[in-house]
Amino acid sequence: MFYLTADFGSTYTKLTAIDAEEFRILATSSAFTTIETNIMDGFYSALKKLETKLGKLHYDRILCCSSAGGGLKMVALGLVPELTAKAAKLAASSAGAKVVKTYSFEISHSEQIEIKDINPDVVLLCGGTDGGNKEVIIANARRLSEIDQDFSIIVAGNKSASYELEEILKSSGKDYVITDNVMPVFNHLNIEPAKQCIRDVFIRKIVDAKGLSEVQQMASGEIIPTPLAVMNACELLSKGTKNSPGIGELMAIDLGGATTDVYSMASGKPIAENVLVKGLPEPFSKRTVEGDLGMRYSLASLADELDMDCLGKEIGIDSQDIFQWITHCISNPDAVAATGSRELQMEEILARSAIELAVERHCGIMESAYSPMGIIFSITGKDLTEIPYIIGIGGILINNPHHEAILKGALFKPDKKNSLRPKSPKILLDKQYIFASMGLIGTLDPDLALHLMKEEININNNN
Amino acid sequence: MKRKTIVTGVIGADVHAVGNKILAYALEDAGFNVVNLGVMVSQEEFINAALETSADAIVVSSLYGHGEIDCSGLRDKCNEAGLKNIVLLVGGNLVVGKQDFADVEKRFQAMGFTKAYPPGTSVETTIEDLHQFIS
Ligand code: B12
Repeated sequence: MFYLTADFGSTYTKLTAIDAEEFRILATSSAFTTIETNIMDGFYSALKKLETKLGKLHYDRILCCSSAGGGLKMVALGLVPELTAKAAKLAASSAGAKVVKTYSFEISHSEQIEIKDINPDVVLLCGGTDGGNKEVIIANARRLSEIDQDFSIIVAGNKSASYELEEILKSSGKDYVITDNVMPVFNHLNIEPAKQCIRDVFIRKIVDAKGLSEVQQMASGEIIPTPLAVMNACELLSKGTKNSPGIGELMAIDLGGATTDVYSMASGKPIAENVLVKGLPEPFSKRTVEGDLGMRYSLASLADELDMDCLGKEIGIDSQDIFQWITHCISNPDAVAATGSRELQMEEILARSAIELAVERHCGIMESAYSPMGIIFSITGKDLTEIPYIIGIGGILINNPHHEAILKGALFKPDKKNSLRPKSPKILLDKQYIFASMGLIGTLDPDLALHLMKEEININNNN
Repeated sequence: MKRKTIVTGVIGADVHAVGNKILAYALEDAGFNVVNLGVMVSQEEFINAALETSADAIVVSSLYGHGEIDCSGLRDKCNEAGLKNIVLLVGGNLVVGKQDFADVEKRFQAMGFTKAYPPGTSVETTIEDLHQFIS
């Protein structure tokens, strides 16, 4: 059995050829894809590259994922920021979407306009526990209906509002589906049904809209969003199969041009004793995506977050020079820093900083309160201090000789003790960029995918 | 008739958990839909929970004597958040030492609480009053 996987990105199409009998990756290749041309051009030139390595390819199955056309662009709405709005964001992120913005309470007129300008593919509308608040979700359904854009709406809020919501959305003419609440009971997450609906809408509507129908005809199964494939791969690597154990808890980081994605496969339970757990319980498999942290398209917003003088001093380069390089990269997204150059040094410190910020946002925080009994500690979010592995994925990290130093941006900082980042993980690399591919293979042959991933990151296959 | 929803918890840095568990259990048993936030609950957490669940009342416990500081401003914040006229009850050991409870009650009512209760108030009284306040 031969498998071919194809990952249709915004700029590159990446292919992986796998021999399932031999448990081997035969070769990988990639080709530049432009937004202007047909998406299949990139596929065929990547295929040609593969065939020059391997000769004429006869594959039995071809599996595809895509983040083309900016990926699956979503906005999420909830009621209270720390509750249903957060749950909505978690659901959309773990379905592989790029959550551009999250809104809470009744949205304002300017937020309505903002959503129109964002022009999302899908909107996830939540709010209220079952039997709880109905007013806000109903008001927001009305406001969304008024927006003159062709997005799909997935409703995953208070079930008691479903009659009213159905009526509003039916007359809006928009594509919509109503599913189970992301938070049916106070502080209980239920994101799977919403996640499944997002996947269905992606297959039913987005694939076409992003010019992927030709890809879909060729593919042996449904196309899924690339981050979902990566998430599935991480989950498989962590949990293992019934025949072979996984490697346990892990974090994976994908530093891209537009976003920085952080995945954690971990319970995140507090390590210290006698700490109080606060806030929404988070899922074992969690993904966060930072749309303002990236190495090309989002460099401007990344730079806004950084103290450039301080970073410049660290590498002995004037901050003005860093700003110049940033400006250059924003207007030339295909800019590459030469090996050993000052530009590469700048790239590395920017990359490390993006990872620092993204991981800080992903991890839980510890807070202390003074009480008559002394200090009491509480944790909101996941405690990831004891995570044993961090895996770097994505082109930017793979192609940088100092990827380990960059990934160390994820580590626990003594001067920021309240951020529960990993303290002493082993740092690993997805050298050949196979994680998305393995997420696809895992649906058909999980043992094969698990074996290949362990090999890729050099973790003993005999355990 | 729809079940009434009660948000309950122990406010501030207070860790006295026993009374909270008993109270939550008794309210659930009496037919209320109880959202129990446990101990060390901030004002914001009470309000957020009441918003999402569209609660009919917030029942605040304070046992360690700092009730006045911890509870001040809760009504104002409820009003800000749009929880208009929500029933706010408070009980436990609200203040330090033996003080005249009529005085204490006045101070809590001035803060906007619907009613404040002296130490040792039984769960039966609590349930009876809740039925009355949110009917
Ligand atoms: C056990 C206990 C502890 C344990 C708590 C363990 C735990 N995790 O629960 C520990 C050792 C941790 C503790 C610590 C402290 N404690 Co203590 N503790 C007690 C004790 C002995 C029992 C509390 C209890 O469980 N009672 C049983 C339950 C069922 O009753 P309840 O809590 O009162 O709740 C009922 C009613 O009040 C009512 N109710 C409760 N809330 C509400 C709300 C409304 C609206 C209504 C209507 C009714 C209502 O219904 C409940 C169920 O029937 C009491 C003394 C006592 N006998 O009450 C002191 C007591 C509460 N503690 C006290 C103090 C001072 C402290 C400390 C400050 C001591 C210190 N200096 O370190 C710390 C504070 C820690 C903190 N940050 O909260 C004082 C409070 C004094 C005051 N308010 O003036 C008390 C009263 C002892 C005393 N007489 O001095 N304590």
